[in-house]
Amino acid sequence: MIKFVLMVNRQGQTRLSRYYHSVELSRRAALEADVVRYCLSRKKDQCSFVEYKDFKLVYRQYAALYIVVGITDSENELSIYELVHNFVEVLDKYFSRVIMFNLDRVHIILDEIIQNGHIVETNKSRILAPLTTIDKMVDS
Amino acid sequence: MSDVVEKTLTALPSLLSLDSHPGSAKLSSTSKLGNLIRGITELTSKHEEEKLIQHELLAIKEQVSSPNTTMRQMKELMVRSIYCEMLGYEASFSYIHAIKLAQQGTVLEKRVGYLAVSLFLNESHELLLLLVNTVLKDLQSTNLIEVCMALTVVSQMFPKDMIPAILPLVEEKLNHPKEIIRRKAVLALYKFYLIAPNQVQHIHNKFRKALCDKDPGVMTASLHIYLQMIQENPEAYKDLTPSFVTILKQVVGGKLPMDFNYHTVPAPWLQIQLLRILSLLGKNDQSTSEVMYEVLDESLQRAEMNHNITYAILYECVKCIYTIHPKSDLLEKAAKCIGNFVLSPKINLKYLGLKALTYVVQQDPKLALQHQMTIIECLDHPDLIIKRETLELLFRITNGQNVTVIVEKMLEFLCISEDDHTTIDLVGKVAELAEKYAPDNEWFIETMNTVFSLGGDMMQPDIPNSFLKLLSEGFDSVEEDRKLRLFAVNSYIPLLRGEPGKLPQRFLQVISWVLGEYSHLREDLEPAEVLSLLAKLLDMKNSSSETKSWVLMAMTKLCKGGADASVTQEVSETYSSSLDTVLRQRAHELQYLSQDPELRARVLPRGAKPETLEVDSSLSFLDRFVSEALAAGAAPYKPPHQRQEELDQSKALSLEPYGLSLPISMSSCSITDRQSPTLLSMSSGLSGDSADLSHKGGSSALKLDGIKRVWGREGYLAQREPVEEAAQVEVPSPIQSPGRQGEGDSLHSQTPTQTPTPEPEQEKQQLASSLFVGLASQSSVSLMGKSEPMPQRFRRKAKGQGLGSSFIANEQISSSLISPPSAVDNLLCNNLLDSNNASELAEQTSQLSQSLTTANGTCHAEAELTESDTKGCNPALRRDNCVVAAGPGPHNDPGRLTEVCLDSYLPAELSGLSHSEIAPLCANQSLNLSACHVQKEDSLILVVFIMNSSESAIQQMLLQVDSEELEVSCLCDSPAGEVTSHSVAVGQYSLTVTRPAVHVEVVGTVSYQLPAGTSQSLQFSYKVPLTSFIRPFVVSTEEYGTMWLSFSHDTKQNLTLINDNQEPLTATLNALKKKLQLHVVEVIGMEGIVACRLLQDLPCLMHCRVNAGWLAVWLRSPVPDLPDCLIYHCQRALQSL
Repeated sequence: MIKFVLMVNRQGQTRLSRYYHSVELSRRAALEADVVRYCLSRKKDQCSFVEYKDFKLVYRQYAALYIVVGITDSENELSIYELVHNFVEVLDKYFSRVIMFNLDRVHIILDEIIQNGHIVETNKSRILAPLTTIDKMVDS
Repeated sequence: MSDVVEKTLTALPSLLSLDSHPGSAKLSSTSKLGNLIRGITELTSKHEEEKLIQHELLAIKEQVSSPNTTMRQMKELMVRSIYCEMLGYEASFSYIHAIKLAQQGTVLEKRVGYLAVSLFLNESHELLLLLVNTVLKDLQSTNLIEVCMALTVVSQMFPKDMIPAILPLVEEKLNHPKEIIRRKAVLALYKFYLIAPNQVQHIHNKFRKALCDKDPGVMTASLHIYLQMIQENPEAYKDLTPSFVTILKQVVGGKLPMDFNYHTVPAPWLQIQLLRILSLLGKNDQSTSEVMYEVLDESLQRAEMNHNITYAILYECVKCIYTIHPKSDLLEKAAKCIGNFVLSPKINLKYLGLKALTYVVQQDPKLALQHQMTIIECLDHPDLIIKRETLELLFRITNGQNVTVIVEKMLEFLCISEDDHTTIDLVGKVAELAEKYAPDNEWFIETMNTVFSLGGDMMQPDIPNSFLKLLSEGFDSVEEDRKLRLFAVNSYIPLLRGEPGKLPQRFLQVISWVLGEYSHLREDLEPAEVLSLLAKLLDMKNSSSETKSWVLMAMTKLCKGGADASVTQEVSETYSSSLDTVLRQRAHELQYLSQDPELRARVLPRGAKPETLEVDSSLSFLDRFVSEALAAGAAPYKPPHQRQEELDQSKALSLEPYGLSLPISMSSCSITDRQSPTLLSMSSGLSGDSADLSHKGGSSALKLDGIKRVWGREGYLAQREPVEEAAQVEVPSPIQSPGRQGEGDSLHSQTPTQTPTPEPEQEKQQLASSLFVGLASQSSVSLMGKSEPMPQRFRRKAKGQGLGSSFIANEQISSSLISPPSAVDNLLCNNLLDSNNASELAEQTSQLSQSLTTANGTCHAEAELTESDTKGCNPALRRDNCVVAAGPGPHNDPGRLTEVCLDSYLPAELSGLSHSEIAPLCANQSLNLSACHVQKEDSLILVVFIMNSSESAIQQMLLQVDSEELEVSCLCDSPAGEVTSHSVAVGQYSLTVTRPAVHVEVVGTVSYQLPAGTSQSLQFSYKVPLTSFIRPFVVSTEEYGTMWLSFSHDTKQNLTLINDNQEPLTATLNALKKKLQLHVVEVIGMEGIVACRLLQDLPCLMHCRVNAGWLAVWLRSPVPDLPDCLIYHCQRALQSL
């Protein structure tokens, strides 16, 4: 099961966070700081999976941006690693430019991919279908 | 990753770059959100950030409440609120506006409204109720995108109680022409299933329809529901196996539309999901497994493309193949496939390969042999994560022969690891291995010392607990016990003389206890010296008061008056005025007992055998006190759950002050409580109640005189009456010491660990041989389908026991599990050849590979070492030794064959009932013994199959079955007399528990005569988990309440809660109910009561309460040990989820 998805920059600032199990607001900042510390300290030649407390972190770096997914031990790390890439490819397909100012849209896309900690859609055109429909309606 | 992909990705960084690109954003980076983000990015301190956000939040707050704010602006404000909350600053004022936005906004505004709601609120937030109407309206909208949004939010979060309001609408959507609506409706139903499974019981047929939907997306969505349902009850969905297989076949065969591909791999995540479902269905089920062999084979072959995602699928496929009923050629292919993983230069693949290997060695330890050099390399890998995963793998293949090397590696890792969680986990594993496989006393004590030093105060409290228990209960040989204890004492004294301030508190507690109990074993050690060493601990400023009370207790045991008097006098004076009541009490005890040697000898008898204490946890000795209090007008006591119930019933405003509700102290009834670790449950069991009662009585002082008079029951009183305050807490120290016969043994020399050779390659070889020794011997266990945990082989226990019958029986069991009963085996087993002969014979028997020979050699050497050490015969080693050589035949599986045919010998009246797998027990040249147990509602039947495998009939066969924990009664006529060649005789026994234990064991003997006239006998033993005896116990809450008070044996423990989206209490109770057949009597708020019994009698009640993220469980039963056994199984059940 997926516990959370985080997008953080190299400075450790959170750009997006989505939790699939309830974590109190007050504990999130500490958890995120921990997670970032774990992932940022790893070298390029080390593996992309880290143990953190009783779950695992799968992280992937795109330039200055890190995407970190927290998963339970029963999850398949490599499939999550590739899911992150699929997510990035979808973002790439949708946004022609910078995504950071479109927090809401990134969330909407993520909601199509993961729900309740499970992967519910991976087909790129289907992931984007609701959002593009909304865009069309807004434009018209 | 392919180069092409890599190249496309080089374009990404610019898109995702977080350095702002002025004017480049789609919406606009000049928006307020843009300004906010940029502002934050430029900040340098946390303090500045806080200031900025607080300012931002104020501005947002002002605007959202303004009536002039348009929905468009509101949407913008919500996104900013989301951003602020994401950074950890609460924006609760905006929650209600998020709901408003979802209700009143159009299109994107509405979507953002829903999004904000799902991010802000949690499942149980009361504001969520306000969303129901909006959802209801949107579900009925003619605008598809609105329906879509509503379904999305419903499948993310929805108030459980309101499901009936929207369920019909959602169901209706299952028939919608648009596949996206159908898909989202299925996901919404999945959510309902997760949070309230009984609400969707009636629409299971619609799930099937969704599974058969012509759109692959809808079908995929339905798999989530099926995975969940199959996890809960695989039996009910076996009929769907062919459908899942067909689906997987089509996916693998590329029948899906192209847009489902990911890097030319068809729907990889769907494949993974299907493989998970198949492995659940095929587990322990041969016929179902057979349906899927073909498609699994195909999956393995299709995945030749070198891309991460194909490896992810392969990993799942391998896991599936090793989970379902085995098929040899598939296993071979899967094993080869794992090779590709672990040999890969890509580190992520290596990691996954290790994980896969860790999984499969549990089924087939021999696989580790194939990859031993890789494993050795990974053990020295610079990446700690890889190292850690390798240790996990080694942990699974540990046996009596490689334990020292593996534990050494684990301890090495512990020294460099900085992560607390890893430390706790590894320390627990080392302790487990040390207990299971310790080769000798010295090693055991040394290892545990390291565990205590490294594990510090973080480790699980049950580690020191069980260590002390082991030490105090001792084993079969008085001499061995003495040596073990003496060695512990010897190793602690230098530690205390050194720098005890550096030792963790838990370790100090263990040391104090051991010195208190056993330091007298060392004759050259003056008690006065021990006392002064202990007194030093009291003066250390970092000693916790818990440790101090352990120390004081130890001193009480040691003081003898005379020269020691001054130390004890000083200490007891210091602490008799301590503010800590426990310390004060200890100090008083010390004072009293040190002055009265006669009393001390009675309270703390040194040579006392451990005795089971009758603990009166119903506190009946307080009856008089209670009745007096009641007569004086005190309110009658109500247990917490009853109080809660009454509180719930009177929902009206209560003007009374809240009743006294003492939290049940759940200090996990551990060592913290009282001095002896052996009877831990007793004191904690008392604490809650006695406190309650004394409060009810309106008395704040401890009524010690009351306790003195009536504490305990007859028998107990006689021994303990003279003690005053000590009586309440005193537990006879379970010393089993041989008195003063200690010889003052000097330190035993340490077991030499392997010495490194200069050449690194050779070193690795050597390491390999010590790591993988003894593996092949366990191999065929796996193919039995289920791998029962290896019987705890605490060999120290077996030592010196000679060749007692039960011991032989055990050995024979393992022999039958290990390899087909060959002549070699029997020779070795029965004639007890010495190890030299054994290995010679073994070498003649089969050709050995290089590695095996090495392994064998080492094993041989070790065997001799142990031999000379123990000076007793130790068949266990010989057995392993010979099997290393004798059993390299891959995947031959005699057990499986016999089981198939034995099934038909199951008595007709039992054949319809569920029975455990038929397990081979033991065998010799003429007989093959197997057994299983059949669960009936009111009884448990043990069925023993005796197969005559010889060519001639055997005569005068007699089967006798007996057990220490069980009452065994023979059903029908016990098989006796003659068994003709190649036929099977069946014996049936009804089992009833008389003395609960975690696993109960039946031992038996078959005696018979060969035609030649020689009489022979064969012994066996069979273990049944207590869970097989558990039946639900249907009682009403009132009956439960009455019984609860009348049961005297209890235990308390905190269990982990299951936390996956459901209400944790219900989820946990349901899981326990399903696994252990408990009956949930009632659930009230955060509390639940549960009842069960062993067959028709021996009830056990369980009271569960959610407390600070744990399930605080309190069990009571009239039967001693039953609560403890049950709690063990509850833990196991929850762990295995």
